[in-house]
Amino acid sequence: MSGKPKLHYTNGRGKMESIRWLLAAAGVEFEEEFIETKEDLEKLRNDGVLMFQQVPMVEIDGMKMVQTRAILSYIAAKYNLYGKDLKERAWIDMYVEGTTDLMGMMMYLPFQPADTKEKNLALIIERATTRYFPVYEKALKDHGHDYLVGNKLSWADIHLLEAILMAEECKPDILSAFPLLQAFKGRTSNIPTIKKFLQPGSQRKPPTDEKFVAIVRKIFNI
Amino acid sequence: MSGKPRLTYCNGRGRMEPIRWLLAAAGVEFEEIFLETREQYEKLIKDGVLMFQQVPLVEIDGMKMVQTRAILSYIAGKYNLYGKDLKERALIDMYVEGITDLMQMILMFPFSPPEAKEKNLDSIKERATNRYFPVFEKVLKQHGQDFLVGNKFSWADVQLIEAILAVEEKIPAVLSGFPQLQAFKIRMSNMPTIKKFLQPGSPRKPPPDENYRETVLKIFRK
Repeated sequence: MSGKPKLHYTNGRGKMESIRWLLAAAGVEFEEEFIETKEDLEKLRNDGVLMFQQVPMVEIDGMKMVQTRAILSYIAAKYNLYGKDLKERAWIDMYVEGTTDLMGMMMYLPFQPADTKEKNLALIIERATTRYFPVYEKALKDHGHDYLVGNKLSWADIHLLEAILMAEECKPDILSAFPLLQAFKGRTSNIPTIKKFLQPGSQRKPPTDEKFVAIVRKIFNI
Repeated sequence: MSGKPRLTYCNGRGRMEPIRWLLAAAGVEFEEIFLETREQYEKLIKDGVLMFQQVPLVEIDGMKMVQTRAILSYIAGKYNLYGKDLKERALIDMYVEGITDLMQMILMFPFSPPEAKEKNLDSIKERATNRYFPVFEKVLKQHGQDFLVGNKFSWADVQLIEAILAVEEKIPAVLSGFPQLQAFKIRMSNMPTIKKFLQPGSPRKPPPDENYRETVLKIFRK
């Protein structure tokens, strides 16, 4: 047993990617066990290690943690990425819930039927540029700091960078009207732990392709 | 200005109901503003008080909080309903996230098309009895304590009693295989703040009816 957190999920982004990002940004090495077949998932379920029969599951500090948000909150707090008090935590939570909603839309896009994909992509771009990005642009503008909350790197910054990069995969110039987010992207990408995660060979997973969609559909019966 | 938290939402359960439950369980009095027209909603957006142009909105401690989970986490933290340390918080978060997934099915039920309603009701019953309730039955049986986490009343207990009552409204005998949960339900219902919330005349909202559904569709154009 290595003492490193161990992640159980399929070999792709999905709901585990934000957890990989946060651990990596915190400089925490982790192991991964990939679910490749329906039988792999059934085994985890039969072994009784999935509280609600679902993944992500992260083995960390003697716990078998499930539920993405619970896992992320635990990691954020443990590695001092959750603000200095209750109010800063409230701001971080609000910001993260926003980027979660945006990334949720993008996560499901590859699973949508072909005839609605174009419409959903347009909605994602509209939401990103009129509902979500303006909030973070304004937050950075109002206080002029490098980070979203409390002048210190937090979970909210890491989550926002992940969302920005994912949105750029949908539309490369999506940040064109957001100069402060462009600068934020540049700065945050250069933080050593994050820079390392963004390099080839890291545990960051590639964008979801049709092959991965087929695997997920088979394993989870969807 | 009263200093009491102020809730803005439709006059019905929806996503605000867990917040009403938690405040009430914590013994915190609150005010409510009800959205009745599209124009009211558009005014809120124009006034810039909704971070992501969405409700729930809770004005509390000088913040205009949005995003249900962020709001609930803040209230839980503030009123000592979030465990004594990081690990207890992790357990509470996992339990709450699981219950939230179950409650999401109930939340969306009034908006499902008539032909899907029976199937959705079956899904709710299946998930409640096979995936969610067994977890909490087992937790209570294993430690034999009155509350889910740390032998102390927490957000997780409030969320669970809310869910039990909501599922029972749809499936009256749902707890028949769960003696621990039956006892839990009685214990929680008799806690003074919760008992008060369960009495007529409290801020607790009734199950969604056709009028509520129409109001929501009108205001949010779902």
